[in-house]
Amino acid sequence: MSKSPEFPTILAVTGWATAATVAAFVMANTGHAPGEAVGVPMGSASAEASPVTDTVAEAEVVPAPAATAEAPTTAPAAEIILAQAAPEPTATGSIAPAAAEHPSMPANPLGLGRAALSEEIDAWDVAVLPDGTGLPVGSGDVETGDEVFAANCASCHGDFAEGLDSWPVLAGGDNSLTDPRPVKTVGSYWPYLSTVFDYVHRSMPFGSAQTLTPDDTYAITAFLLYSNGIVEDDFVLTNENFTSIVMPNADGFYPDDRAQTEYPLFTGEPCMENCLPGTPQVTKRAIDLKVTPTDADGKPAGTLPVLSDAPAIPAVVQVAADEAPAVPEPVAEAAPVAEAPAESAPVETAAADPALIAAGATVFKKCSSCHKVGEGAKNAVGPTLNGIVGHDAGTVEGFKYSNPLLAMAEAGLVWDEANLNAFLENPRSFMKGTRMAFAGLKSEDERSAVIAYLASLGG
Amino acid sequence: MTDEPNINPSRRTFLRGSAAAGAGLMATAAHAQTADPLITEVQDYASGFGDPVDAAPYGTPISHEAHVVRRNVEWLTESPVSSINFTPIHALEGTITPQGCAFERHHSGAIDMTKQDYRLMINGLVDRPLVFTFEDLMRFPRHITTAFCECAANGGMEWGGAQLEGCQFTQGMIHNMEYTGVMLRDLLAEAGVQTAGKWVYVEGHDASSNGRSIPLEKALDDVMVAFFANGEALRKEHGYPVRLVVPGWEGNMWVKWIRRIAVYDQAVEGREETSKYTDLMPDGRARKWTWVMDAKSVITSPSPQAPIRHGAGPLVITGLAWSGNGRVTRVDVSTDGGNTWAPARISGDAKSKALTRFHHDMNWDGSEMFILSRAVDETGYVQPTKQALRDIRGTNNVYHNNAIQVWWVRADGEVENVEIA
Repeated sequence: MSKSPEFPTILAVTGWATAATVAAFVMANTGHAPGEAVGVPMGSASAEASPVTDTVAEAEVVPAPAATAEAPTTAPAAEIILAQAAPEPTATGSIAPAAAEHPSMPANPLGLGRAALSEEIDAWDVAVLPDGTGLPVGSGDVETGDEVFAANCASCHGDFAEGLDSWPVLAGGDNSLTDPRPVKTVGSYWPYLSTVFDYVHRSMPFGSAQTLTPDDTYAITAFLLYSNGIVEDDFVLTNENFTSIVMPNADGFYPDDRAQTEYPLFTGEPCMENCLPGTPQVTKRAIDLKVTPTDADGKPAGTLPVLSDAPAIPAVVQVAADEAPAVPEPVAEAAPVAEAPAESAPVETAAADPALIAAGATVFKKCSSCHKVGEGAKNAVGPTLNGIVGHDAGTVEGFKYSNPLLAMAEAGLVWDEANLNAFLENPRSFMKGTRMAFAGLKSEDERSAVIAYLASLGG
Repeated sequence: MTDEPNINPSRRTFLRGSAAAGAGLMATAAHAQTADPLITEVQDYASGFGDPVDAAPYGTPISHEAHVVRRNVEWLTESPVSSINFTPIHALEGTITPQGCAFERHHSGAIDMTKQDYRLMINGLVDRPLVFTFEDLMRFPRHITTAFCECAANGGMEWGGAQLEGCQFTQGMIHNMEYTGVMLRDLLAEAGVQTAGKWVYVEGHDASSNGRSIPLEKALDDVMVAFFANGEALRKEHGYPVRLVVPGWEGNMWVKWIRRIAVYDQAVEGREETSKYTDLMPDGRARKWTWVMDAKSVITSPSPQAPIRHGAGPLVITGLAWSGNGRVTRVDVSTDGGNTWAPARISGDAKSKALTRFHHDMNWDGSEMFILSRAVDETGYVQPTKQALRDIRGTNNVYHNNAIQVWWVRADGEVENVEIA
């Protein structure tokens, strides 16, 4: 499904210059490898040319505007050829002459870099492709996946992959893609199972990427298939049966067709006069939604400051009263700053270092996706952390703690600086089975800063 | 001394003339009726010293420009390390975006990478899988290109209706820099692409890795592996020390902190090119591989964050235009909601796949206006209205909203983001 039949239409319109360049490139770079048996017969270049020619034929069938077909080749060429106007001599002494219609590649490699070792490639090349290329040997069943998911993923995605808060929903959403609010999940939207494995294995859990084993990943993938009703609960996913799974929305995608379906409609001489049937009326105002960040004066955040103390305005309009509040903005901003030390005073009075607290506030951004602080903070993926320093563990009202945390709280865990420091350094080692997916703060400076910041927050 | 008597009469004549021409200038003239102490009194800065050299070995903007910063819309995302902010395009001029206020998009945060620790691997369907150090990369022939980088979701919040107040928020997921680096095709040539290779996959060092598949034709065309932007090293948030530059194509493909380039016979179809960055259409199917950013423009001032404060009279309308399909050849401006249009001036160079600045100088009579801009590129493509796009794509497309933006300028000079019909 990912081969030539779907070769992108945007490529098709690049036409002959590009096709010729690819063939020339392949020839140049397989024919001139110094000291290495490349083993690609010259004939392969012409074999290579034929599928590309096919895409050109497709382009002719499709009524793409001629001007559009020109653009991708001519536009970049101008810029790049300019940059290449004075080619430098290279280690191998030459640069191939530029083809008239397209920038060229050097005929000879420069001999830079070193050979990648197989163990290095294994370490970094973890990509899994739709046809199963790159799948590691392994397996995982739905039941195990349920457990691994609960431990590693559920804190954001929910126990049933339903998605907490605004974190991605991974299950459900069947037949919702034409709804006013479509729910795009692994089951309802994702076309390839390989994407699930590839992404979970390389980038999840959020904040602890590359910690899941292949078997964990197979298990999570199997669980997600089960959550989406694609397999039964006794299913075992392996590298052997992986490609036999067809995702429900596998046929739901098609390559970009704007060149055919939109460009002809939007190309041509535009109207310059008498373009509308009547006088335009406002139908929607962003101001009604009140979702734009604002400055202290209520104006959209970042509004340019008033430069004149008596702004000139047309005589007919009275807005002087509205303009006035813009000026004392710094005073309004100063207020919360003044409050902060007052709040922090009762807690950990030792010696609050404003610089350390400020540094901690920055570090805390890593935590703030799950933990809310400050006035009006509510429990989210994690509990609120106001007044946490020096507080008994597991006592934030309304938060559903994990069993390991409750057990340690029962045993008398107090979040003093030492315990917080140890927990934050390596959450999973401090508290085996914690649902906090965060990998931890390896830097002692970061830990002490964030603890100082937390200590500065009142209860 | 001898010319002094001539100055005052001529200035008075000038002021009288201006006042008669437009009511808005009267206020300016009024200020001049009493002598301006900024002129008549010696100011501290005109008498004493300013900062010595090295007061700021690497300078930051003067404090008076503190409002010109990237801004985030917090409700858009759950986590600030997997989020986006917006370039303050309402406050910038020209075409080059300073790195320090160019929008950021991270999927697992901006990582701290050194040049010493930097490694780049090329593998897959190549004759010689290779590892490069940063120093290796600096020995390839170097090139310069200027390109805009626009997030595919720029304007994505506006599909359903006017939503955010300010072009920083509606069109600010864009920046434009002059890059210096090496061509991806030169790196690929070093490894030797095998005939079966059709796609080049690029991924980053960060935890998200944000891998994207690029067809070989594009990879061999104008894609750059860049180290410098606007003459200085890439900033951390823009992928220091090495990022990909994919001129004209959606920002998500501009992989930062590049760690690996792999040649495959198929697209990887990773998370960022299936689950995300695919365009859901009204029939429930989705377009994929929608890489090109079509022609677009926006008036950056006046705009909701840049209201008109000087009243009626001469007004500069300024804005940006760009096209992923080449060069912007023309920008039209309308002040009546799109009934009549006039060509704006293209100021400076109009480079292919780069931001282009336009200006439209007018005499504002102080009445309400709907101001719009419309870009035309060298393929003849004309930037469409939002309704024209909705007619084809519905409102759940999320990405690639290149529609005409309408600003409603009120008589008091305040500006709103609206839709009109």
